[in-house]
Amino acid sequence: MQTASETLLDVRDLSIEFLHRKGNLQAIHHLSLTMQPGEVLGMVGESGAGKSLTGAAISGLLQEPGRIKQGEIWFQGQRIDNLNDNARRQLRGKAISCIFQDPLTSLNPVLTIGQQLTETIRTHLPLTAAEASERAINLLTEVGMSSPAQRMHQYPHQLSGGMRQRVVIALALCVDPQLVIADEPTTALDVSVQAQVLRVLKRLCQQHGTAVMLITHDMGVVAEVCSRVAVLYAGRIVEMGPVAEVIRSPKHPYTRGLINSIPSMRERHAFLAQIDGTMPRLNTLPDGCAFHPRCPNVTEHCQRQQPDMQFKHLSQIACFNPYGETP
Amino acid sequence: MKSEKVLPPEVLSVRDLHIRFQLGREKRSALFRRGAKRELHAVRGINISIRQGETFSIVGESGCGKSTIARALAGLYVPSAGSIKFAWQAEDGNVGRVQNGTQMIFQDPYASLNPRWRIGRSLAEPLVLSKKVGSTRQARNYCGQLLEQVGLAAHDLDKFPHEFSGGQRQRISIARALATQPGFLICDEPTSALDVSVQAQVLNLMRRLQQEHGLTYFFISHNMAVISHISDRVGVMYLGRIVEQGTVEEIFSRPAHPYTRLLIAAIPQFDNPSTEREPIVGEAPNPMSPPPGCAFAARCRFAQPLCQQTMPPVHALSEEHQLECHFPAAVAAA
Repeated sequence: MQTASETLLDVRDLSIEFLHRKGNLQAIHHLSLTMQPGEVLGMVGESGAGKSLTGAAISGLLQEPGRIKQGEIWFQGQRIDNLNDNARRQLRGKAISCIFQDPLTSLNPVLTIGQQLTETIRTHLPLTAAEASERAINLLTEVGMSSPAQRMHQYPHQLSGGMRQRVVIALALCVDPQLVIADEPTTALDVSVQAQVLRVLKRLCQQHGTAVMLITHDMGVVAEVCSRVAVLYAGRIVEMGPVAEVIRSPKHPYTRGLINSIPSMRERHAFLAQIDGTMPRLNTLPDGCAFHPRCPNVTEHCQRQQPDMQFKHLSQIACFNPYGETP
Repeated sequence: MKSEKVLPPEVLSVRDLHIRFQLGREKRSALFRRGAKRELHAVRGINISIRQGETFSIVGESGCGKSTIARALAGLYVPSAGSIKFAWQAEDGNVGRVQNGTQMIFQDPYASLNPRWRIGRSLAEPLVLSKKVGSTRQARNYCGQLLEQVGLAAHDLDKFPHEFSGGQRQRISIARALATQPGFLICDEPTSALDVSVQAQVLNLMRRLQQEHGLTYFFISHNMAVISHISDRVGVMYLGRIVEQGTVEEIFSRPAHPYTRLLIAAIPQFDNPSTEREPIVGEAPNPMSPPPGCAFAARCRFAQPLCQQTMPPVHALSEEHQLECHFPAAVAAA
């Protein structure tokens, strides 16, 4: 076990539910994870698996009707899930910052890039306007913007999608946070631009020693950027471990199915391996393991009991009948 | 899929297709002088030939003109110049009547089904419009069979679109496209809005239907891995032109155009992660003012002054493999 001082983020037994008049819907079930300083953790899963919700809970952006039902979130040895809004806001932006999918909606359309950057910097750091402006220009250079001094006076609509996302990354990193929660940061971008933006994000976080929680549905992005990955299914982490191990020899049947269903450019087959069916909705979660109706390894035991996370080699897996070492 | 001996007949031939959009005028430069006309040259002279039963794909980044071609093939845009000719068209080539032979599958399964119509009505609509049946009710049995073909049940006919997931809706869109028994399906990013596991289901379904019905697909995607999986032949588009086309093997194993190479290299692959790769620098030029020479020259590391001035010639590397580049030898040597 890591000591509390080393661990950056410690999510313990987190459950999130949505209040609903026909009975509350539980979206996240007993999710636990830790992140070390400077680590890049990928969160993958299909739409509705609860990836973004986990990120929102950590950054304190969980909104009604969602709420934390139980569990604790510890950040740098401090419990943060029970802080009031004001304290959360001070933490967010300074220690934890967020990057969202659509750069156009995360930027203020009526403020220049420079105004937005300097405002954020001066909110959190005791700097003069000139110092903040200099810091902003340095950041824009770091994220690979050409002629940053001129960009400071431009508005978001004057930039392309890739450039806007660079600005958002600059905004997220402008006060040297310890943790960045990047929610699908490159999903709205073209592949060629995606590669550039991922590269910038990865390089900057290495330089600044920032930990990143990268929420994505793209296994390729995870393989490229992350050191560890958590695979979510129906509100639970089903497999978590080093990227190389999870991708090369997935042990949970869902992870294996997911990886096999991705078309590969290296090997071409007439048909892709597919997982039949779809992820269950929140109001129709099956008993036992949520994956059992689609699982090839299902036994009677799986239908009755929810498997706990167990260590297997370097990974943790929640499955009664996991695959062995080799695929 | 290789067909070495007898090539199937050609079903579609596109010759030197241009599509321009008129976008009104620029601001007045003086009180009595009207601003110049603005024009977006979305498709700038492309040639495609598609044979019966194959999947021809177009891959490219947003704004390169992929969807414009698709919509032109469906008869939704009239070509500004050049010709689109389907095998079943009469010699005079009346564009308005192409629809019976082609159908389209769209990207967003949430927007492409009428939320207030039951599935049965949506499925029967193309049959009613083409006067194959008199009413939705008469087509009920047939539509039930269509749903079963795509892996849904006949009793789903009475449901509304909101009762289905995204993948199921895309199956319904496919069933609707198959209703009039077209030979040619235009698929505009049919799996881009779906999760990977659902994408696999839909791609497998499309492959099975192709084998059963001998369908021809014109497939558009920005996802190179999907393209490499589904296609027989691929065209790589950049700013309104097909810069390279060939069989799927040629494009993915022996890419010859610098853009194709970078595009393939730029994709994060889960089974082949590489930390040291060359990213594509910059972004595509504005289609409002395409450069006079090669459109990719500004981002190409092999570019010479010539590239910026004149359009590159077309080289045929094999029977199928064509490429537009001034310096293919320099690229191949790299």
